[in-house]
Amino acid sequence: MDSIALPAGTSSAGALARRSEALAGWRLAGPAVALLSMLILLPTLGVVALSLTDFELGYDGVRFVGLDNYLELLEDRTFLISLANTLTYTLIVTPLSVFLGLGAALLIEAEVRGRALFRAIYFLPVVSLLVAMATVWQYLLHPTIGPVNALLRLVGIDGPNWLGGSDTVLMSLALIGVWQAVGFNMVLFLAGLTAIPRELYAAAEVDRAATAWDRFWLVTWPMLGPTTLFVVTISVINAVKVFETVSTMTQGGPNRASEVLLWTIYQEGFVYLRVGYASAMTVVFLAILMVLMVLQYRALDRRIHYT
Amino acid sequence: MTTRSWNLARVLRLATLSSGALIFLGPYVWMVSTAMKPREEIFSSSLALIPDRWAAVENFSKVFTRVPMLQLLMNGAIVCAVILVVQVLVALPCAYALAKLRFPGARLMISGIMLGLLVPIHATALPIYVALSGAGVLNTYFALAAPFLISVFAIFLFLQFFRAMPDDLINAARLDGMSEFGIVLRVIVPNAWPAITAFSIFSVVAHWNDLFWPQIVVTETAMAPPPLGLIFFRAAEAGDDYGALMAATVVVTMPLLAAFLLAQRRFIEGITLTGLKG
Repeated sequence: MDSIALPAGTSSAGALARRSEALAGWRLAGPAVALLSMLILLPTLGVVALSLTDFELGYDGVRFVGLDNYLELLEDRTFLISLANTLTYTLIVTPLSVFLGLGAALLIEAEVRGRALFRAIYFLPVVSLLVAMATVWQYLLHPTIGPVNALLRLVGIDGPNWLGGSDTVLMSLALIGVWQAVGFNMVLFLAGLTAIPRELYAAAEVDRAATAWDRFWLVTWPMLGPTTLFVVTISVINAVKVFETVSTMTQGGPNRASEVLLWTIYQEGFVYLRVGYASAMTVVFLAILMVLMVLQYRALDRRIHYT
Repeated sequence: MTTRSWNLARVLRLATLSSGALIFLGPYVWMVSTAMKPREEIFSSSLALIPDRWAAVENFSKVFTRVPMLQLLMNGAIVCAVILVVQVLVALPCAYALAKLRFPGARLMISGIMLGLLVPIHATALPIYVALSGAGVLNTYFALAAPFLISVFAIFLFLQFFRAMPDDLINAARLDGMSEFGIVLRVIVPNAWPAITAFSIFSVVAHWNDLFWPQIVVTETAMAPPPLGLIFFRAAEAGDDYGALMAATVVVTMPLLAAFLLAQRRFIEGITLTGLKG
């Protein structure tokens, strides 16, 4: 009897232990699950649901309108301009900030002196309050009293109205975006560079790569591949989310020339309170972002396998 | 390679790095310089960095008298602190449970967290705003902090960290009769400081600098965090009073910049943990 009772006893004790472990697990994870559903999962479903209605805050009555909001988006000039501007902005900021970030990282890595100093200086804009720095840039780029145009006048150039002209505004915003993002990319590249084994360079030198230029293309560039992919996707995602500088300096103007996605959504949803319509825009925005983020996770995965 | 070409390469390198550094520092130099200048000197658009007449006292006193600047800084500090404390308190036990305990639903939870990582605040803002507005709690600290009380990123980060932690440590604590909650508090937290510090820096920088959400839920200056306060200040007072405006930007930028300069390495680690802003 004992020989039967013993395993039965331990297995029920095991079941008890498992149940208490499950209970502890639920208790510890419970608050997170509740908040996750309440603040992220449900609102995400909510925004999709709202995008199918004509809900406006402050008006009674919600009607299900199917895909009408999305159809309206296709003909909404402001939204289309906004998409195009966001694309242009991203296409300027991404290559420039990636290229300059890589350049800065390579130069700093090669230099023995002042590494920490340069790294800190290039990183400053990343930790600075963007709204504050945007205010400073607005002053710097002021057409008449701004130092940038004053400097240009010294060399005889009549500087444009950077943020006030519809031809120059997007480019000015993008350059500020680059200034803000380079330090971040630089740090990611510096981390990527340190992970490259020194022996590879020695081997390359013995092999056939005599100049620094050859060694870059033979060793550094391929070894940095995963990092570069990661930096590019991150830069694209952050560029698509541009909001602070537009909100602080141009508010979409002049003449919608700096209208970007998040600013348009903000206006439509939180200023005009057309929640249903703004939700449809948000869903489009989220779809774009999700595609980009899936690409980014792929890049991140590969980066981890490499190092 | 001759010494001379090495020297030339090095000179070029240092020259490039230094001129880049000048461009990056430029805005800060002008910010501080302009904050010291009186109105007429700013409008003369001279390129002198040192003012003829110092107006720092005048400019900075405007910042503290025309807007409740101390209140703004306080708002920012309170909101960041509330967000950070709740995020960490919620994420730590959850990440521990997911990493070290076996219970039904854990896998589903992890998928939920991975899904949550894909969703930025911009996507959930509308429904949360409608809910907060319906509850009549706009213009409160609660509204400012609410969407950020959960950080899936924190859970994700701690989860990675805890998985690498040896089980022996936890088993030993269990044999000592510690409860699971006690283990989190007395075994996990002391060992997780590097991850907690890095996440804290990430979280504070993201929320101190955030404009998007505060601009949605706050319309009163008294409740505004610094970025929004700065925008109110400009709209109400300092339209083209650039001296006062620059003084205000100095004040709101300083806290984080000072912290960064004191603990550079940690800041860089914390912020580059993720490529995502907030």
